[in-house]
Amino acid sequence: MDKINIIESPAVLVPVDNIDTDQIIPARFLKTTSREGFGEKLFYDWRFKSDGSPVAENPLSGQKGVILVAGNNFGCGSSREHAAWALHDAGFRAVVSSSFADIFRNNALNNCLLPVKVSEEYLAAVTAVLKSAPETVICIDLGAQTISVPGAGDASFEINGYKKECLMNGYSDIDYLLADRKSILDYESRHVM
Amino acid sequence: MGKTLFDKIWDSHVVKHIPDGPDVLYIDRHLVHEVTSPQAFSALKARGLKVFRPERTFATCDHNVPTLDQDKPIADESSRKAVDSLAANTAENGITYFPLGDPGNGIVHVIGPEQGIVLCGQTVVCGDSHTATHGAFGNIAFGIGTSEVEMVLATQCLLQSKPKQARITVDGRLAANVTPKDVILHIISRLGTDGCTGCFVEYAGEVFRDMSMEGRMTVCNMSIEMGAKGGMVAPDRTTFEYIEGRRFAPSGAAFDDKTAFWLTLKTDEDAVFDREYHFDAADIRPMVTYGTNPGMGVAVDGVIPSEAVGCDAVTFDKALAYMDFSKGEPMSGKKVDYVFVGSCTNGRIEDFRAFAKAVGGRRKAEDVTVWLVPGSKEVEAKIEAEGIGDALRAAGFQIRQPGCSACLAMNADKIPAGKYAVSTSNRNFEGRQGYGARTILAGPLVAAEAAVTGRIGIPSEIH
Repeated sequence: MDKINIIESPAVLVPVDNIDTDQIIPARFLKTTSREGFGEKLFYDWRFKSDGSPVAENPLSGQKGVILVAGNNFGCGSSREHAAWALHDAGFRAVVSSSFADIFRNNALNNCLLPVKVSEEYLAAVTAVLKSAPETVICIDLGAQTISVPGAGDASFEINGYKKECLMNGYSDIDYLLADRKSILDYESRHVM
Repeated sequence: MGKTLFDKIWDSHVVKHIPDGPDVLYIDRHLVHEVTSPQAFSALKARGLKVFRPERTFATCDHNVPTLDQDKPIADESSRKAVDSLAANTAENGITYFPLGDPGNGIVHVIGPEQGIVLCGQTVVCGDSHTATHGAFGNIAFGIGTSEVEMVLATQCLLQSKPKQARITVDGRLAANVTPKDVILHIISRLGTDGCTGCFVEYAGEVFRDMSMEGRMTVCNMSIEMGAKGGMVAPDRTTFEYIEGRRFAPSGAAFDDKTAFWLTLKTDEDAVFDREYHFDAADIRPMVTYGTNPGMGVAVDGVIPSEAVGCDAVTFDKALAYMDFSKGEPMSGKKVDYVFVGSCTNGRIEDFRAFAKAVGGRRKAEDVTVWLVPGSKEVEAKIEAEGIGDALRAAGFQIRQPGCSACLAMNADKIPAGKYAVSTSNRNFEGRQGYGARTILAGPLVAAEAAVTGRIGIPSEIH
């Protein structure tokens, strides 16, 4: 797995609440059995019409950066990890919102995509800054658990110590579980199965 | 301090606790389908591993399958490959698999309980957000991503932080034209699409005690639509009667031993929840949604709110523009083009009984396309055995074959752009039922009314 430490980048602003994973990656693109190539399908139906021609004024047009700043309740709906794969494949390394759906949050963390949960007030301030100055460079420091946005100030965010260590060192949950088979076998022997 | 039902099940499944981190949680049942598992199986193979506890894993194909001509090869090449890949992966790992056409095949959340795979007091996961359905039996059941599917295949465990807990109590008696779907749509419309994010919910009170298992499944299924990790109902006699005699369920003395234990699975009186919500059954009317998330719901005889509810004004206006609805408009009387009855939310036998009863002696409206899709082969067989199929065919309807179908339109069952569909499924997101499709979520009675009149309307009382 990749590692995360400091992410410094302009942001892509999509100030829409309740962005569900069907918007992030529509179901018809989930038929493939590989993990690759989902980036080109990211927010597909917002970017393309049914005949495949591009939507000129879409929420992503003209924006560049590896940090996505979205409205409240990002990633709700379907559990499809393809949403996290698509964001990561498209180059994103962090998503900033005032709330994340639980399954999406786990999927993001398992794919080195950092969910940064901030207060609604701070998100509103960041959104206002990005609307007036789209080139603003955001700095997210995982070690310090802080996000800095010139014009909106700094904020801290929560992440448990275990996950933080995983992300900073490139460890994954499955490696942890596989390394501790003994605890699992002990549990099984203690419980009537 | 007492423990909740959730605490009791969670605590008994903790393999170990990681300081300043999650718990290692043991998983009793792992359900698998063809969309979210192939990458997990390949990753496992790349590590040179086999499935750790194949006897705890059960698989079905449902999302990609056609709902007509299931005896023929799947026409769509990528769908066929996805299904073939599941067949190969399960065979290679010794996992029980219900292939297309098998009497045990159907939507993963319909067949899990139907086959007696899912019992009570268990941890149940699946790479599918509607895994919450299985909480109806008093289980900790929740959806997971594909990386987590891989973890469960490899170790039968997951790393999970214990969520907060909420209790939703609904007391009183429901009117005869109010279904479990209306109950959950009412709750979500009040709490919002992220109202229970970070929480696991227990449903309590008279309404859920009186509800059938099918109804409890409908309610728990949609827990995810208000952000909850899952939802559960304490097991009782209704639960045990449903389980007894099912294919993979314990029988005889083993079943009696189990039920004695399952009866202890309830929240202690002095247990404390992080949040408590109370609703009165008398306030719940037949419901529909008007927007593009399941929280945007109103009573059928209600009007679309005149200002944003549950989101900012821009998001609210975007939703209404997509639906081509206006603020303050009544929902009743709106024209409907399609009706879809099915899905893991409302694709069970009770839903088809209710639909057929509500149709009564009436005929399908000429200008409405109606897709009736059983949730499983077993539901399909019951529809025929009970004469529901004949009655509905005589009224101009067609019964299709089981699968997820138009709920997420991964197969050919897509609602055309701009058309309105009354759907008994769980999500009205933009494009969910097809590019540009406009979904109105409802229960089976409102669906029946739409199917025979071509309009949104209050269903008659069914006794």
